[in-house]
Amino acid sequence: MRDVAVIGIGMTKFGELWERSYRDLFVEAAKGAMKDSGVDNLDSMYIGCMSGGLFVGQEHIGSLLADYLGVTPIPAIRVESACASGGAAFRTAWIEVASGLSDIVLAGGVEKMTDVDGGLATYALATAADAEYEGFHGATFPGLYAMLAHAHMHKYGTTSEMMAHVAVKNHDNGSLNPNAQFPIKLTVEGVLNSTMVADPLHILDCSPVTDGAAAVILAPLELAKSMGLPIIKVLSVGMATDTLALHSRKEITHLASVATATKRALDLAGMTIGDMDFAEVHDCFTIAEICVLEAMGVYEPGQAGPASMAGETARDGKFPVNPSGGLKSKGHPVGATGIAQIVEIVKQLRGTAENGRQLAKANRAIAQNMGGSGGSSVVTILEKG
Amino acid sequence: MAQTLTGRMWREQPQRYRMMASKDTDTGKVYFPPRLVAPGNLDAKFEEVQLSGTAKVVTYTIIRVAPTPYGDLAPYALAVVETEEGCRLTCQLTDLDVDDVKIGMAVRFEFRKLYDDNDASIIYYGYKAVQA
Repeated sequence: MRDVAVIGIGMTKFGELWERSYRDLFVEAAKGAMKDSGVDNLDSMYIGCMSGGLFVGQEHIGSLLADYLGVTPIPAIRVESACASGGAAFRTAWIEVASGLSDIVLAGGVEKMTDVDGGLATYALATAADAEYEGFHGATFPGLYAMLAHAHMHKYGTTSEMMAHVAVKNHDNGSLNPNAQFPIKLTVEGVLNSTMVADPLHILDCSPVTDGAAAVILAPLELAKSMGLPIIKVLSVGMATDTLALHSRKEITHLASVATATKRALDLAGMTIGDMDFAEVHDCFTIAEICVLEAMGVYEPGQAGPASMAGETARDGKFPVNPSGGLKSKGHPVGATGIAQIVEIVKQLRGTAENGRQLAKANRAIAQNMGGSGGSSVVTILEKG
Repeated sequence: MAQTLTGRMWREQPQRYRMMASKDTDTGKVYFPPRLVAPGNLDAKFEEVQLSGTAKVVTYTIIRVAPTPYGDLAPYALAVVETEEGCRLTCQLTDLDVDDVKIGMAVRFEFRKLYDDNDASIIYYGYKAVQA
């Protein structure tokens, strides 16, 4: 296996981008990553996309996007693992460069979610759950995470106020991110008084429906050094699966795929979670950030809620989480999210995060991207070279 | 986007209509829906069993923003329940005030209408749970 580096990043603004098409979004992000790295050609590309079929009625997007990026005839493949599609695309691209098969590989992600109405978007997202035994019975994604939240509250005493603090913190960070969909500050009262979507989750506990794309360029470390680019090393990527249905898990509050993917990534890098300076994690719902931090071993089970309320995960806290604003504030174009997490970490490690959200200590970081209610998870560790 | 699920629905009838499950004859573990293999045991043997119909609420939510097929039904209670046989499944709770649902509540399954597909003139039936 060769050492691999991220040599270029690009992303679109995230939001309800009525004037932008699926293909335009991807091309803007991919062009940005190619320009950032200075490469004119790609050896191949992998694109994370959860559901081109349901959101825009388009499959076979590898070829479509290779065409519009002007890079045919390179191999181009869509990678799908629901909301972890971006992370899975990154992992696949990393394996291809590490193997020695290709040198310059683009890992991208894109989702155009606002071409369908709210009911259809909810339905499309629900297909990331078990369609026959969760979706058929009326489960929605907020509903599944709401059931996870009730179980967590019952077992550990986690409160709606603790969850609201996660939203407030992530919006505080996102208010400094020029690409964020909702760069607005929230208050705990505002979250708690917002419309209930699926008890106990309010609308401000939920990440939004978002259009957007992100892309990064991977290359062998030695080649990156010879190109004179700022070096961001990919130390490791870990992935794991779990039962698709939430109800099939032995312990509903434990995201086993997150725990296993984190362990695989840390073991491969020869590190512990304590070696990380900060994290970008999959806060599709406020309760998700709490459960993820516990599964990753940042906190003991039941401790992430109180820690979030105490400000430990803020930009100036002990362990900053989601300096980008997370999925909550930055937005969650599902297939693009895993790549957008890498984009933020690269910015932080380069010391180029905008508007004063640059962290004081940013040498090494971990990204955690999750599919469905935890049916899959991809964890990536990056380090400043 | 309610798809026309004629064939899919027909295949699932033993589970949806009669709650047929499979029991691993070695370990005694009951799976719903039935499986062809047990985790880590490709050679597992199963016998068909029908769930008794009683269960307890493991966790729940009240869906207030529903997906397209269930738009008219919101708010409705949705729960993960554990059956007497020890397997877990997701179902709606019905015939109750959604604010009365509690973790640990005893429920029993009933055969109910789930939703209509008006375009295909199909009515989908299956299990829901009521307070026991």
